Amino acid sequence: MSSHPPMYFKNHLYWVLLAAGGLVAAAGMYAVHMMEHHGHIISGMNNQIVWGIPHVFAIFLIVAASGVLNVASIGSVFGKAVYKARAPLASLLSIAMLAGGLTVLMLDLGRPDRIIVAATNYNITSVFAWNVVLYSGMFSLVIVYLWTMMERRMNPYNKAAGLAVFVWRFVLTTGTGLIFAFLTARQAYGSAILPPMFIVLSFAWGLAVFHMVQTVIYAWNEKSLNPDILRRKKNLLGVFLLGSLYMVATYHLTNLYFAHQSAFEHFILRDGGIYPNLFWWGYVVLGNLLPLALIYLPGLGKERCVMAASLLVILGGFALLYVFIIGGQAFPLNLFPGFDVSSSFGDGQIADYQPSLYELLLGFGGLAIAFIITTVSVRVLNFMPQDKPYIAD
Amino acid sequence: MKKLFFSLLLCLCLPAWAAEAPKLDIGKGGQCVEDAQWMRKNHMHLLKHGRDDAVRKGLRDDKHSLKNCIECHASTKDDSAIARDDSFCVSCHRYEAVKIDCFECHSGKRKSAWLQRNAK
Amino acid sequence: MNEIDIQRRGFLKTTLGAAAVAVAPGMLLFQVAHGKSEGVSSKVRWGMLIDTTQCKEGCNDCVTACNRENGLSGETKATDSQWIRKIEIKDVSNGRELSLPMMCQHCEHPPCVDVCPTAASFKRADGIVLVDKHRCIGCRYCMMACPYKARSFVHEPLTDQNPDVPRGKGTVESCTLCVHRIDQGLKPACSEACPNKAIVFGDLNDANSEIAQKLRSVASTQVRAELGLNTGIRYQGL
Repeated sequence: MSSHPPMYFKNHLYWVLLAAGGLVAAAGMYAVHMMEHHGHIISGMNNQIVWGIPHVFAIFLIVAASGVLNVASIGSVFGKAVYKARAPLASLLSIAMLAGGLTVLMLDLGRPDRIIVAATNYNITSVFAWNVVLYSGMFSLVIVYLWTMMERRMNPYNKAAGLAVFVWRFVLTTGTGLIFAFLTARQAYGSAILPPMFIVLSFAWGLAVFHMVQTVIYAWNEKSLNPDILRRKKNLLGVFLLGSLYMVATYHLTNLYFAHQSAFEHFILRDGGIYPNLFWWGYVVLGNLLPLALIYLPGLGKERCVMAASLLVILGGFALLYVFIIGGQAFPLNLFPGFDVSSSFGDGQIADYQPSLYELLLGFGGLAIAFIITTVSVRVLNFMPQDKPYIAD
Repeated sequence: MKKLFFSLLLCLCLPAWAAEAPKLDIGKGGQCVEDAQWMRKNHMHLLKHGRDDAVRKGLRDDKHSLKNCIECHASTKDDSAIARDDSFCVSCHRYEAVKIDCFECHSGKRKSAWLQRNAK
Repeated sequence: MNEIDIQRRGFLKTTLGAAAVAVAPGMLLFQVAHGKSEGVSSKVRWGMLIDTTQCKEGCNDCVTACNRENGLSGETKATDSQWIRKIEIKDVSNGRELSLPMMCQHCEHPPCVDVCPTAASFKRADGIVLVDKHRCIGCRYCMMACPYKARSFVHEPLTDQNPDVPRGKGTVESCTLCVHRIDQGLKPACSEACPNKAIVFGDLNDANSEIAQKLRSVASTQVRAELGLNTGIRYQGL
């Protein structure tokens, strides 16, 4: 290895990375093909748990795609130079994750071949249908925004485009939260706090993804991030983590206060087996407390600590979504309050869910798509943050 | 130049001439609900228009329904319009390379035969 | 405005008027000839009254009849479709036990219809909530939204369906109130099959119908009435 010049080695590494991403994406496509052919019977999803692992991946990617733009907004809307230098990379990540998430969502449909139907028949009362507009609008807006940054002649429109993206991504994450907030039928959902909760979560998850990618790009280019910048960004991540913890706590505390919701809260926070475990250990401890310690404890907070914290935040995000989406469906609907209920269709019982390999492949396929888009774009275009020698703000 | 052009044209036409027109089992056949040539061209519009009216408004046009098509055109041998390569729907659609989506949900069997078999 | 413009306007008016007069009767005749009316009427609202005091524990006749009528396998794995199911309930405070059938409640304000992105879930004018499977993309949002868990997703390829009841892989389905039977003037299969006549089917809007008269004389409830969906299926003795 040492006999080759670094450039030569890096070229190889690039193709190896691309091939690995391609392989995972191809495995995802294989899973889609199998699910198309055999039906959803080969997934772990069933008539009780109708949304499973693919939705956990898709919603994480979509929420993070909106949150990562926060970096861009702080630059373009609030005029901070450090963030402005990172806006192109943030926009790229947003497009990549949105593409990955939407691909997973679409390919999990029962009839993905009919996706054109979703575009030609439009039900204005459906949040899903609104989201079709929000997602495609986000795509085009972010592309325009990128254009205003990367093409000198378009620079004057950058501020306007940045503002539009800023507003649009708030509406988009609101839309994602509303998918659940409008479900009055189920105890886990149907709460007005969900859209703002998703927005705050998106800040944390998006910034964590951004940190990871930025660290890798700096290492690749053999540069090191200015410690001042690192300090500011890690503090921001810490604030976002505290904010999201607050929102999640509020969601559960309000539920605990309503008598008709307490059975559900006991299930999801204490008695539900895997769900409380994932929530407390996965989300609260690994996804929040440990990263906060890594960021704030004296002596920690170095580049490697921030990288580890970011990774943990992402894993914690997946844990939270698993508990929220799958745990929320596993708890039975309360058709007859005050009655013990049983039937052949799982009434009154905790639903069982075992994710299958195909589902996981589909989910990772979505991650791989985001990875490929990012890797190729970073190589062919200049997304490396260009910091000025001094920090103005 | 002219010769080349005509020989090319001939080459292009040959496969079409060589491919045999589909042989189909027309089932009971007889007088169709519309002119046969017209049906070849327009049956999909009838089905598509009729399906929306039937499902959404409850306007069931028995004459132009898929069930009525199958009632006549299902094979007299196996009561199906889709079971074999020369079945009524399959042979033409395969020849024209047009995928039929109908029978993923709809039965390709003659209803009277289905009822007889399931009247246990 | 000059002379020519006014003349042209007059000419256009007369021609259009004449054309309308000429075409209108033809259109009417065309509709008469093709027997087209407006389709099912919103003057009717189909519904059911289920007398839980007459519904016997362990009796599964309505479920069997439904499965047979609609070509369901009758299996009860978590991935199998169940359009109607028997629920056994027991009052926690006094131990009173009841048995009742649960299916699509054919709401006046159905959440499944609200959330469906392609408008595949829809309510027919006569109150029957259906899935247009030509349009369903299989997103399962309606299953998330239904307060009664009345819907099933077809997880496997199907063959040999009932010619009257098309069903297929990758789409969502639920009780159709036996719409194919109603359109022929028949009762739904479950209502016909019940040995105790516990399921009364009829037009809720027709004051003279058996169901409307019974609803006036007995106390009935809607399941999850607090959601304000105004269900078409009502329960007595709950």
